[in-house]
Order: sequence, then structure tokens, then C-alpha cells
Amino acid sequence: MTKRLFLLVSIIMIASMVLSACGQTAAPFTCSDSIGCVTVGPTDPVHIVYLLVVAGPSADLGIDARNGVQIAIDDAGGKILNHSIKFDGVDGGCSAEGGQAAGTQLAADPTIVGVIGTSCSSEARAALPNLSKAGFVVISPSNTAPSLTTPGSTDNYGTAYDRTAHNDNFQGTAAAEYANTVLKVTKVATIHDGSLYASELVKVFAAKFEAYGGTVTEQTSVQIGQTDMSSVLASIATGSPQLIYFPIFNPESTNIINQAKTTPGLEHAYLMSADGSFSPAVASGAGANIEGVLVSSPAVSGDAYNAFLAKYEAKFPPGPINIFHAHAYDAFNILKAAIEKVAVQDSDGTLHIPRNALRDAIRNTVNFKGLTGTLTCNETLQQSGITIKFPGDCSATGMAVWQYHNVPFKIFTSPEVVWIQGTGVIKPVTPP
Amino acid sequence: MLRTLRQRITLTDIVIWIIGLAIAGVVIFGTIRTLELHLYTGGGWIDLTIKGLALGGVYALIAMGYTMVYGILKMINFAHSEIFMSGPFTAVFVALGLSNSGFLDRQPVIALIIITLVSAAVSMVFAILLERICYRPLRTAPRLVPLITAIGASFFLQYMFRGLFGSQSRGYPTINALRGAWTFFGIQVFKVHAVVIISAIVMMLVLYAIVQWTKIGKAMRAVSEDKEAAELMGIDVDRIIVFTFALGGASAGIAGILYVILFPIVNFYMGFFPGIKAFTAAVLGGIGNVPGAFLGSILLGLLESLGPNLFLTGLNIPSPSQLKDAIAFIVLVLILIFRPTGILGERIAQDKA
Repeated sequence: MTKRLFLLVSIIMIASMVLSACGQTAAPFTCSDSIGCVTVGPTDPVHIVYLLVVAGPSADLGIDARNGVQIAIDDAGGKILNHSIKFDGVDGGCSAEGGQAAGTQLAADPTIVGVIGTSCSSEARAALPNLSKAGFVVISPSNTAPSLTTPGSTDNYGTAYDRTAHNDNFQGTAAAEYANTVLKVTKVATIHDGSLYASELVKVFAAKFEAYGGTVTEQTSVQIGQTDMSSVLASIATGSPQLIYFPIFNPESTNIINQAKTTPGLEHAYLMSADGSFSPAVASGAGANIEGVLVSSPAVSGDAYNAFLAKYEAKFPPGPINIFHAHAYDAFNILKAAIEKVAVQDSDGTLHIPRNALRDAIRNTVNFKGLTGTLTCNETLQQSGITIKFPGDCSATGMAVWQYHNVPFKIFTSPEVVWIQGTGVIKPVTPP
Repeated sequence: MLRTLRQRITLTDIVIWIIGLAIAGVVIFGTIRTLELHLYTGGGWIDLTIKGLALGGVYALIAMGYTMVYGILKMINFAHSEIFMSGPFTAVFVALGLSNSGFLDRQPVIALIIITLVSAAVSMVFAILLERICYRPLRTAPRLVPLITAIGASFFLQYMFRGLFGSQSRGYPTINALRGAWTFFGIQVFKVHAVVIISAIVMMLVLYAIVQWTKIGKAMRAVSEDKEAAELMGIDVDRIIVFTFALGGASAGIAGILYVILFPIVNFYMGFFPGIKAFTAAVLGGIGNVPGAFLGSILLGLLESLGPNLFLTGLNIPSPSQLKDAIAFIVLVLILIFRPTGILGERIAQDKA
């Protein structure tokens, strides 16, 4: 009995020593990141979320981006470092209120590694305080308001935020260049809707247009949700502008397109919106009035993009419903590459992702080969005296002007590219 | 004499008069300054007036539902805005079908009548269901109860449509026959506005004729005057109330089609603002009074259309169009301060308030 007891005690002691020795060879991971780490268990998925507008009048913008991410996940085999990917998210409503609510909701989930979003700049401004505080990294495929990356701006949340979409300093400059040098108009009017995106974009457009020697006859605004545009259009008509630039969203942009046709004095004015109105909802809402309407938006092309487009059309027929799907694809891949770079993996497969290191890795992305071009996130670029890229702006796309026709929405058909900045006129447009 | 006057006029009255005069002064000053600037041509003002009349016509048809229900039941049917939305929202599928088949372009008049009938029928059915399910069981309840129920029913209908058809806007097909303009006596009138104004006037006359000159209209007025006495005279009050809701609903459905002729987009929340405006117009004209609702609606439409450009441009206020609702509601407040019963509401107020 004593011998058996002695043998049992000995076995327990030896086993304890062996186990202790094993423990010493693989020291447990200690998180030294300044804002913490995300630990993903051996069988747990890497949790990436979207904060996009996927419901309501501007839903095309967010659904298109979400589709782009889903194709990127497919192309990655559904895995990051052998962990499956959990991709879900919330609707931000393309509004400050929606962004704030969605940001608060997401910030309560510590499993989230990164956020693809937001769709609209106003959403971002309202969501970023919470998302940044929670330690997340946010990459937007379609925010374009300059203040989100302008150094010193109160809307700039440093390395917590990057975007693959262009900066509107770039878009506004390109749109003004097209209006002045290609359409040869000398008088324009602008309309914004009070959103961060639209108000900043018209400001850049108007400044650049005036720098070309043109006249801005009126800079006015409409309310989000406004249906009757008669008085604002009547006011604009008094200045006899040759072009109206209204970078706003559906349904307000659709209402302007429809009602401009029944405003005396504006029958022959060019109507030009921007990427916020790049949507089947605008085309169907405007019906026959859509013919000839212009939109400034990024130019996307190339073999890789064409291959992606085929996948998109197969997975989400009939095809893209906005312009930021490729930017979303790139946003996911930049995030994935950064996770793969900074994550520490235990022998059992557990992943430790240091949050601040992840932010830095994204910000230090250089020459990343994406669908939209070669992306670099930490540079400052100038064009004609205007800064078109700040750190945080990863975008590589050029700017283009597209034109709608009175046929069902299909990217490259309606709207079709009529001008690319730096390349020139692809197709001349007929004056209205 | 002076003492009597002092007793009749309170300090509040004086303050209200001062505020009213100050607002009137700003409006007059702004108007003069705007006209001095010569920014708008005569044609521009006429165009805005025509648009205001068209908008007012639509408000008038919606306001009929509010005012008739108030006349009969003394309740504000806040779900009427969703009854207005339900018609054109459903008829858009018929319109798209007719457009895709080419029938809309081949036979625009017949197609438009079909779309209008569908819209009117759907709105009417919802109005009747609302009365039967939500209001009839509460007819003897305190007045606040059906009011709150109406607000609840309004949200229910809104989110039911959102759940069934999604939250995105849908475009109405363009009616090619309504593109372009006609010229009357040298004045250019866009076809859409002309059709809406004429249709609204015809519909208002039909509604007025029904209320004034038909047997059932007489019964409606009788129920409106005194429900119990009407019942004693052999009038089926329930049937009259259902008819009132049906008439108001059909009117709202027709207004919905006129609205989408002007603004060819539908979504589940499209009824909210026109509903509020029509209610405002009904109060402006004197709630419960049919000609008052028409007058109030036309006035509101004109104020919304002309007000921002006429009153505010000369004051150098940026983006005056954003203040059109503010202008309309300030006028409403002023009219209610100086004439609490609305423009034509005196008799109704005395008899039923």
C-alpha cells in the first residue's frame, strides 16, 4: 500500500515537472501594446465589421462596398492566418445620428479587430470618437471629406482612421477642371445638403473654379429630406449658371435633376453631381430626366479590376451599384495584410493582435498593389497648389467624370466615363 | 371707455400684437427689398406661383381627409399621412408594369386613370380598415385616446410598408405625354403643373358637390352637426362615418398620384411632411370646413413656393429655400393668434368647439 502510494506521488511529481518544463519553453503572450490586444482563440474567427449605409435611400453606397468586401473575403479563402473571418456589421444610415448610434453599438464589442466604414463622412465624424476610444482601426472605402485626414483637424483621429477613397480636395479640383477646361462654362452654381461631404466638396469646387477665372453665381444648400426644390432652383436660375454642381445624395439629388427640367432658365444648364449620386436609385428616380446628367467620381480600370468585376457580376448580379466596391475590396486587403504583419500566433493557433501596432501597420502601408492602383497611406501629395492627399489617404485612383443615359443603370454603360483627369476626354458630351 | 379697453386688452395681447407687427414689418421690408433687386423676372414669379398652386392643390386633397374626419368625429386622424402614402406606394408597381409594357406611352390617359384608381382604392381600403380596427372601438373613449391611437397607427403603417417593400426610394416612371410646357396667353405652364392644378380643382369640386348636394353628403353634414339627432332621424351613423373615411382616403390616394406627378419618387416616409402640411392647411382654413381646407391649402402652397424667394432674398439670408417650412408655420401661428378659428372657421368653431 505504502509502495503504491509512493509510486503515485512520484508519478504526480514527475508529471508536474514535465508540465512545468513545457510551460517554460513557450512563455505566455504578454500584451505590451499601448491600447491593448485582441486575442482570438484557436478555433475563434477574426472579427471584422462593417459600418456602412445598407438601408434607406443611400443604401446602394454601402451595399456595394459590403459586396466588395465579401468578394475580398472569398478571394482570401475566407481565412486570415488560418482563422475563419466573421464579417458582420451595422447600418450607419449615412447620417451623423446613425453613425453615432452604430459607433456606440460596435464599441461595446471587444472581439472586433477592425471596421470597414463608414460610407458617409458625417457618419464617420460621429462614429469615430467611440470607435477610436475602443481601440479599433477604421478603414473607409467611401469617406471623402478632407477634414477627416487634414492634419490638425478636430475630425482627424490619427492612425485610428484611414481611407482608400480619394480626398475631396482631389475630386473638387478635378470637377472644376472638367467644367472649366472641357465644358468651357464660365458661370456655375453649387448646392450642398449641409453634410460634411457635400459642404466641403462644393467649397473646394467653387474655390478652384474661381481660380480658373470662372464665376460662382450662387452657393446654396437644401435640407436632407427636402422634396420641393422649386424655390432653390428659381433662385439659382436668376444667376443664369451654365452648370449646377450638386454633390449630394439620393433622393435630394434626384429631386434636383427632375425639377431642374421644369425651372425656366435652367433647361440648358449642365447638371453635375458627384459620387454620392452614382446609384441605380438616382437613375430610376430621375427616369428620362437622367439623360446627360454628369457625376464626378473615381476612375477604376485595369485587368485586375476587370477580373474582379466578373466575380462581382457572378456573385451579386447584375453587377456594381456604386463606385466604391473596389475601394472596399482594397480596404479589406490592407487590413488583412496588416493583421498578418503584426499578429502573434501561439503554437495552438491562438492569435494576439496588438491594436496600436495594427493601426501603425496600416498607416505605414506603402506601394500596396490593390484593385484601385498602388496604395500608400502615409504620404502627402500636392496638385496645382492644393493638397490632394494627407497621411491616412491611401487612395490611388484617378478622378473621372461619368455621364448617365436614359437606359437602365449599368456601370460603364450608364453612367459611362466621359473624361479622366490626366488622360483627357474619352467621349465628348452634348450640351443640354 | 379707456378703463373698459384696458380691461379687455391684456399685456399678453399687446406683446402678441407687437410680435405680429414686427413679423409683418420684416415680411414687407424683405418683399420690397427683393422686388427692388429685380432678380426675378415676371415669368419667374409666375412660374413660382403656378408651382405653389399645384402644391396647394395637392395639399387641398389631402386636407379634405383631415377636415372631413374632424368634422364628423372631432378627432385629428394623424394616420392620414400614411393613407396618403399607401396609395402611390402601391400604385408604383402598377405604373412600372404599365411603363415596361409600353402601355404608359401608348395610352397615357388610360394608364394614368388606372394608376390613379389603384392608388385611390388602396388608400380608401386602408382608411376604412383604420376606422374599423383602430377608431370605432374607441369612439366613446376620451378624445386623447383616438389621437394617440392615430399616431400609433401612423407609425405602424409606415413601418409595415418599410418591412414589406424596403426602405429605399422608388422612382415613378416618367410620363412622356407630360413632358414639356403649354403656353396660355404668353405664359409658359409646364404640363405637369397644369395637369395637377386642373385635376385638383376638378376633384375639389366633385368632393364639394358630394358633401353639399348629395343625399349622403347631407347625411354627413347632419352627423357632423349632431350625431344623436342624426341617428334619431334614421341616419346610419356608422355607415356615414365609414363613407367619410372612404371619401377622405380616396381623395388622399388621388392626391398621392398628383404628388408623384410633381415629385416622382416614393418611399415609406413620403407621407409625413405633406401630411403635416395638409393638416396645417386644414387648420389655417378652419378645421372642419371644406372650402376652408381648400383656401388654406392654396395659401400654404403659395407661401411655401413664393415665401422664401419673396420675403428672404432681399434680406440676404443664405439658402432661403430651407426656411420655407418656417415661413409657412410662422404664418400659421400668426393667423391662429389673430384668428384662432382659421380663415373660414368661425361658424364651425362657434357651433362645435
